[in-house]
Amino acid sequence: MNRPRHFNLLARVLHWSMAVAILAMLFVGTAMVVSLRHREALLDLHRPLGLAILLLAIVRLANRLRHAPPPLPDDLPRLQVWAAKASHWALYALMLALPLIGWAMLSAGAYPVLLFGGVELPPLLPHSPTMYGILRPLHGVLAYVLFFTILAHLAAALYHAWVRRDGVFGQMARGERAE
Amino acid sequence: MSTPTPRRGSALLLLPIALIVLALALLFAWTGGWIGDKGVTPQTMVNTAEASGSPPPGFRRAHAKGICIAGTFTPTPAAAQLSTARVFSQPSTPVLGRFSNPGNDPHAPDNKAAVRGMALQLKTDDGQEWRMAMNSFPFFASSTPEGFQAMNAARLPDPATGQPDPEKMKAVLARHPEIANFMAWSKSAPTPNSLANTRFNGVNAFRLLDAKGESRAVRWSMRPHTPFVAADPAQLQGAASDFLAADLERRLAAGPLRWDMVMQFAAPGDPIEDPSKAWPDTRPETVAGTLTLVRAEPQADGACRDLNFDPLILPQGIAGTDDPVLHARSAVYSVSFNRREREVSQGAAQQGSAR
Repeated sequence: MNRPRHFNLLARVLHWSMAVAILAMLFVGTAMVVSLRHREALLDLHRPLGLAILLLAIVRLANRLRHAPPPLPDDLPRLQVWAAKASHWALYALMLALPLIGWAMLSAGAYPVLLFGGVELPPLLPHSPTMYGILRPLHGVLAYVLFFTILAHLAAALYHAWVRRDGVFGQMARGERAE
Repeated sequence: MSTPTPRRGSALLLLPIALIVLALALLFAWTGGWIGDKGVTPQTMVNTAEASGSPPPGFRRAHAKGICIAGTFTPTPAAAQLSTARVFSQPSTPVLGRFSNPGNDPHAPDNKAAVRGMALQLKTDDGQEWRMAMNSFPFFASSTPEGFQAMNAARLPDPATGQPDPEKMKAVLARHPEIANFMAWSKSAPTPNSLANTRFNGVNAFRLLDAKGESRAVRWSMRPHTPFVAADPAQLQGAASDFLAADLERRLAAGPLRWDMVMQFAAPGDPIEDPSKAWPDTRPETVAGTLTLVRAEPQADGACRDLNFDPLILPQGIAGTDDPVLHARSAVYSVSFNRREREVSQGAAQQGSAR
């Protein structure tokens, strides 16, 4: 079977829209916990955006499992191949885990999980101070892990685009016809 | 990929890549308050609350001493006209709540508590939730969280003398003159001799949204049916450490205790976003319902213990205003809750009876 030379359109659309959404989400999250005046407004954005990212991540994972990605260059050093694969699976794991932990954490803290217009998600866990005390710090720590993984991913993508110039960046930036 | 070897770019291009990554990392660190000066944050406010004593693990950082309460809320027919919130049309809503004393010492004697708190959680049959946290003072100490923080910081003992530095408080009063009104109130206001005859005030302004889409700025208060009796200062001196809880349980054993929830409406020009300024008593008021308390239980294993009474958890039909103190309370309670629940999960929390 021939491997495609580019990610499919759905993968590219999801990648770039989620890149914007996740970066916005990380900045909203980190800003709201230290804000005296804007916590409510930022939190009102954080919850529905988190759910949107969770749903998009599920679609994205299904698409990724059904459609093989384009191959990495043959001459890419083994360590870089390993780093590329490991960081991609870490990104998938974090995209799925962070919204789920956020939802579970609010449930365990007996907080209503409000989306908008009075629409509310059902609790994912029963009220549990012990679970809240574990999940709340975990949510924050994993958000920082996700941010630094994204920075590494961005640095690697630009390295492929500007230094190696090996077409890897174009696999996600362009479709087949644009070649 | 079996493409011919591409022409590589210069390794110097690693520099702009490093700069882009560094810029993003710095922006993120600044947003999260790791670098640069964020001014007063919820964390610094909780740190100051912690520094005013040595709070035992697992307890609230402020209003640490408390007792859980339970009962019902019954709206008046007029209330449904004011707001679409289900709590005003449902015949009766179960209430879970908490009375509290200020400070971070959960074992402090009740006669030291000049101010008292009442927090409530109302969950209606449509799944909506309303949490509120009221106080016995009629207006807040400061217009802003920064003023409140400065006042609390100035009250901390100076490391050199072991006493608060009066010069610091003078400087705070010069910058936040409204605090003097609060100090005058706390010096002169008589302390009620029971929780049952204490009036509790929402202090911050909210908006009620009605079915026509109209919005009204209100402040609410819980006005006791039990007649006010001022505590006798001499008796207060010798009162038992937990006399408020003992009195409450004695009264509840004799029958339910009631408060009317009164909505006070702002007139044009009233300071909606400044909780340090009470609106005139002549403003129109409507009784929105009656709170009936039937039961109290120690907070050690009570249902109110692991709830954050965040005043911005509001149902549809009620919204917050831009009052900065309201938003700061929500943010600060959240930090206090995160810290104490973490202590609970780490097994560090003390299982004292007052918890």
